[in-house]
Parts: sequence; C-alpha cells; structure tokens
Amino acid sequence: MRRRSFLLYGAAGTGAIAATLGIGWWQVDGPGADAPVGKRPLPLTEMSFRLTDHEGKSVGPQSLLGRASLVFFGFTYCPEVCPTTLADISTWLDGLDEDAKDLNVVLITVDPERDTVEALSEYVGYFHPSIRGWTGRTSEIDRATEDFRVRYEKVPLEGGGYTMNHTSGVFLFGADGRHVTIIDYHESREFALPKIRRAMEA
Amino acid sequence: MKNLVPFAAVAAFLMPAPLFAGSDDITVENAWSRASIGTSRPGAAYMTIHNTGEDAASLTGLSTDLAAMAEIHRSTTNEENVTSMAPAGTIDIPAGETVALEPGGLHAMLMQLQRPMIEGESFSLTLEFSDGEEIELEVPIRGIAARGPQD
Repeated sequence: MRRRSFLLYGAAGTGAIAATLGIGWWQVDGPGADAPVGKRPLPLTEMSFRLTDHEGKSVGPQSLLGRASLVFFGFTYCPEVCPTTLADISTWLDGLDEDAKDLNVVLITVDPERDTVEALSEYVGYFHPSIRGWTGRTSEIDRATEDFRVRYEKVPLEGGGYTMNHTSGVFLFGADGRHVTIIDYHESREFALPKIRRAMEA
Repeated sequence: MKNLVPFAAVAAFLMPAPLFAGSDDITVENAWSRASIGTSRPGAAYMTIHNTGEDAASLTGLSTDLAAMAEIHRSTTNEENVTSMAPAGTIDIPAGETVALEPGGLHAMLMQLQRPMIEGESFSLTLEFSDGEEIELEVPIRGIAARGPQD
C-alpha cells in the first residue's frame, strides 16, 4: 500500500515535471514564443570572434562599430541562394547611391575549408565594391555563428563534393552595434531599403 | 520471381497507357544562367517551362556537355530561416501549367563544369521527359551578379 502511494506520488511528480517542461517548451521554442530573443543575434559589442577579411586584414565584430552594418552568412560554392543574395544586396546598395559608403557589408563564410582569403577575394570582386568577405578558422566561424544565432551544416552531394545548409537572411546592426532587424531571403527591395535606412539612422 | 514476370507484363498491358505531352506541347522561355568563376564551383540555370498540351508532362532529367552532372535541384528555406538545397526528383507539369525555375526555388544545377561559364556566351541544355521526348535549348550566360534573364 505504502509502496503504491509512493508510486502514485511519483507519477504525479513526473507529470508535474513534464507539464512544467511542456510549458517551458511552449514558451521558449513552441508556438507560444512571442519574441525569439535567443534566436536574435547578440549586439556586436557582446560578440567575440576573430576572422580575416578578403584583403587579409584581421577583423572582428568591433571592426563594424561606428557605421551601420549588413552581415550575412553564405559560401562561394553555393550556386543559387548566395549569388542571389549578393546580387540582391548589390542592387540595394546601388539604390543607396553615395550612402552605401556609410555601411559595412559583410559576407561571413560558413565554408572556410574552400573559402580561403584568395577565393573570397576573387568572388566578392564580382559584386558591389562595398561587399567584404570574412573567413577564418572553423573554431572562429563557430564562435561567430553562435553569436549571430546562425545554424549551418555540411551536406554531402550525390556525385561528390558537398553543399552547406545555413541560416539565410541579412542581419542589420546600427552604428552602436545594436541588432536592428533582419531582411529575409527574397524580401523585395521595397522592404529592404527602408530597413537599411532604419539601421543607418539607429 | 519467375511467375511474376509474365504477370507484370500482363498487368502493364492492361493498365491504361499514361499519356504524355509531346515535345511540341512544351515551350521553354526566359532561359538564363550566371557566369561562373572557373570550373570548381557548380553553376545554375533558370527558365520557365510551359506545357501547352492536353496531357501532363514529367521532366525527368537534364543533360549538357557543359557539366558532367546536371540535375534539377530545389532550394528551400524552412521556418527557422535555414536554407538548404536538394535534388528535386521528377518535375510534373500538368496540362496547361507552367513551372518556373527561378532563383530561390527550382533550378538546373550544373555540377562538375567542364569549362567556365563565360558571360555573353551560351550553352546547350537538353531537357529529358518521361516519354522519351527531349527538348534542346540554348541557355544564355549572364553576369555573375545577374538577377534575371534581362540582366
């Protein structure tokens, strides 16, 4: 009898824990989540990683302070989404005319194995001159993706080679390093330009 | 297994033959692709495929002398904004419908390029359909930063 009530309490306790976890899930990750705070990038001032830009200069999140920034992740062996994103950004920058000079625009590679400084340098040269490419050691890329709350994974391709799945979208930061907003992949220029201007005024 | 063969043959015979649109009924418009840097990276090509016929068509494969391996792939972005790309398999085009291969969605993925894709040039691409029909088209190569067939 005693044993039975113990089991009963045990079951109730487990149920309560499960319910608490369930509520926690609902609030944190589930549909009940209102602002995905954990999914937003940190302010640039709280990030810490060290990379190399396509000109071989040592760079980090602090290099971006003082001007508004557009930062996105990609890889140059991507035939589709990345050239499309870079081409979109190039037209946004064209739309800003002279103001484009007051903006940092950075592609951080998620494929440092193939995206060496030289490879990035050649690649970004085909797009708007404001666009810079950052690469570095995998451990530093991992720190950067963690700070930006970006996910990526290497996926083998049938027939050899590999591709990278990664979080798309362009992160916008104010000159003070605060995260302002995100431009989703394929968002039209009509929506993108006002967001960029908002980041520049932030 | 031995008995199955004639059975399968009879079953196939009894089943209504699937109807497919002939190549006259397929038109391809606005084909374009982006220039590549050398040959180490894959390329991508885009187009719109109309099936003007009265029967469904199924695009099963691609071939080109430009790439050792050409396949239709699809880029997708999930609810967490993670973008991935995978072979799309057979593309069904119902009668009277149009399928668009465009940036961010379906595209012809050109792997193991045999020569660089040079802006201003073009290459020949063959679309293979399930009924054995083939359509050969010339795909113009636009700039590496092109966003559409007009760039």
